[in-house]
Amino acid sequence: MTMLRHLAAAIVAAGLLLLLSIRVDAFRDYQLAQVAFYAIAVAGLTVLIGLSGQLSVGHGAFMFIGAYTTALVLLHLHWALAAVLAASAVVAAVAGGIVGVAAARLRGPYLAGATLLLAVALPSITSRWQGVFGGDQGLGVTVNTPGFLGTTFPPTRWLAWLGFAGALITFVLLANLRHSRIGRSWRALRDDEVAAALSGLNVARLQVLAFVVSSACAGLGGAMLALVNSSATPGTFALTLSIQLLTAAILGGLGSLAGAVWGSLVLVYLAPYITNVATSHGLSSSVGANIPIVVYGAVLIVVMLLFPSGIQGGLRRLFGPAAPAAAAPFSIFRRQAPATDNQKEGTS
Amino acid sequence: MQLFLEFTFSGIAFGMVYAAIALSLVLIWRGTRILNFSQGGMAMFTSYIALIVINHTGNYWVGFVVALACGLVLGAVVERLFVRPVENKPPLNAVIVTIGVLVVLEGLAGIIYGGQFRSFPPAFSLSGLKVGSTNLGVSRNDVFIAVAVLVVSLLLALMFRYTTVGLRLRATAFNSTVARLLGVRIGRVLTLGWALAGLIGALAGVLVTPSTFLFPNSMDQIFVFGFTAAVIGGLDSPVGAIVGGLILGLGLSYVGGYLGGDLIALGSLAALALVLMIRPSGLFSTTSVRRV
Repeated sequence: MTMLRHLAAAIVAAGLLLLLSIRVDAFRDYQLAQVAFYAIAVAGLTVLIGLSGQLSVGHGAFMFIGAYTTALVLLHLHWALAAVLAASAVVAAVAGGIVGVAAARLRGPYLAGATLLLAVALPSITSRWQGVFGGDQGLGVTVNTPGFLGTTFPPTRWLAWLGFAGALITFVLLANLRHSRIGRSWRALRDDEVAAALSGLNVARLQVLAFVVSSACAGLGGAMLALVNSSATPGTFALTLSIQLLTAAILGGLGSLAGAVWGSLVLVYLAPYITNVATSHGLSSSVGANIPIVVYGAVLIVVMLLFPSGIQGGLRRLFGPAAPAAAAPFSIFRRQAPATDNQKEGTS
Repeated sequence: MQLFLEFTFSGIAFGMVYAAIALSLVLIWRGTRILNFSQGGMAMFTSYIALIVINHTGNYWVGFVVALACGLVLGAVVERLFVRPVENKPPLNAVIVTIGVLVVLEGLAGIIYGGQFRSFPPAFSLSGLKVGSTNLGVSRNDVFIAVAVLVVSLLLALMFRYTTVGLRLRATAFNSTVARLLGVRIGRVLTLGWALAGLIGALAGVLVTPSTFLFPNSMDQIFVFGFTAAVIGGLDSPVGAIVGGLILGLGLSYVGGYLGGDLIALGSLAALALVLMIRPSGLFSTTSVRRV
């Protein structure tokens, strides 16, 4: 029943998005494609942090893996696009499994440190093995618009459609997973590991599974990013990307798929909007280039102060029915009084 | 041998900088259980202030002192204005707030000072010291970096050990409920902890910037390595922070020197993975993080 509801919602969303993409110009389509790949990756991250209670500050690393898998497979193997995207998700999932096994022993800041360093270190393999990864220039990625759409079809619209398809499939799968036995088990171990283990859940296996699912999403998002950017370059996957993903997940509302969309919209639309406003008021270029950064930081601070459970949580509070505090991740660590902080280890 | 000495000394110098960042993170973690992602950004900002003061006065030491003072104030201000309100919210909110502070500081630095790379004067000469005719591969400035971080750490340790303020800081870190019951003004103590962390971070910034240039993102990598050092040492242990910084500094210096600079980040990842494999909460952790 739930599955059917999610499918129906996805079909409606697909129709609306198609209409939207046809009505806007090429650049808007490009931005929609960007929203789509961010949303895929952020959705994966929000499941990892918000549902399973594990922190990753380095999800850009899995996007990196997805993007370079896509670039390499397209370069050397000439597979069909769907197969390439699936392969990228699978490779990233395998990497996520390895990281997950290592991470299952780590908690809070230690997991944060390890994943952060992973995101910083991994892109440097491109300069070590330049022959394979193309060094700082990276690898080119070309995707052709299929013939049946005609020669005048804007390529960015095709990219947007690809992005929508990827995002909707991901969202339906994740939504079903959330409502499944696995999703419930994740929430159980997020809220209390000891209690979850006592109820017979295999904590370590569930945690690794969360990493696998989440990094598969990030891998698909990275593959889409490579298609949208027409390239995979190490600079794209700098620390900033990982931080953006984390902030988008929490800004949108942890554990909520709708929140992942809000977060991605902020990532894509905030900076150009602010730059427009700044330049139309005749501000100099150094100011114009940096104002969006300042505003983004300020938005992070203000949203966290005013809407502790993110945009989705805020919307729910403003418009929703008597809001269930369901999507409060790490609620076990929520401090009733500042007093008990220090007995509570292992969170950040 | 000559090369080995050079790598060793430069490793120690950079290691002490990582140690200083790690120490500032540990101070904040012990007090508030928050990871301060803005530590590097704060150090970058105070370094800009130091540079301006140095250029105006022509005196390095005035800039040095001003930077440390600004670090102290900045740490306290960030804690009071932005971190205090999210203290009782979900812990990740505090992390996002510190990321927000980092982003704002980097943007502001870009607006005020521009994005170009600026050189920053060292405290002492960068040319190598010699014993007789053999070059030791260590400069006066390297020695100064190590000594400065050690002296500040030692002063902090003395303060923690022998003063009333230090006792309050330790009591709060140990158990804030009990500390509060015993009459410690927890709020002030936490602000003080952040201020001290800001000071140490500012010290790290001024010390390392001569070798990295100064630009809005100049401290990002230093922060990542400082964080790594703190994780290696164990986030609850100030001694661990120093040791972790030294291990990382030396290790990265050897990896970069003998195997190639592009392996530095991968090398640090390997080192971190190895340490966490053996001790999941750092080398010097005393408390057990796992409860299952």
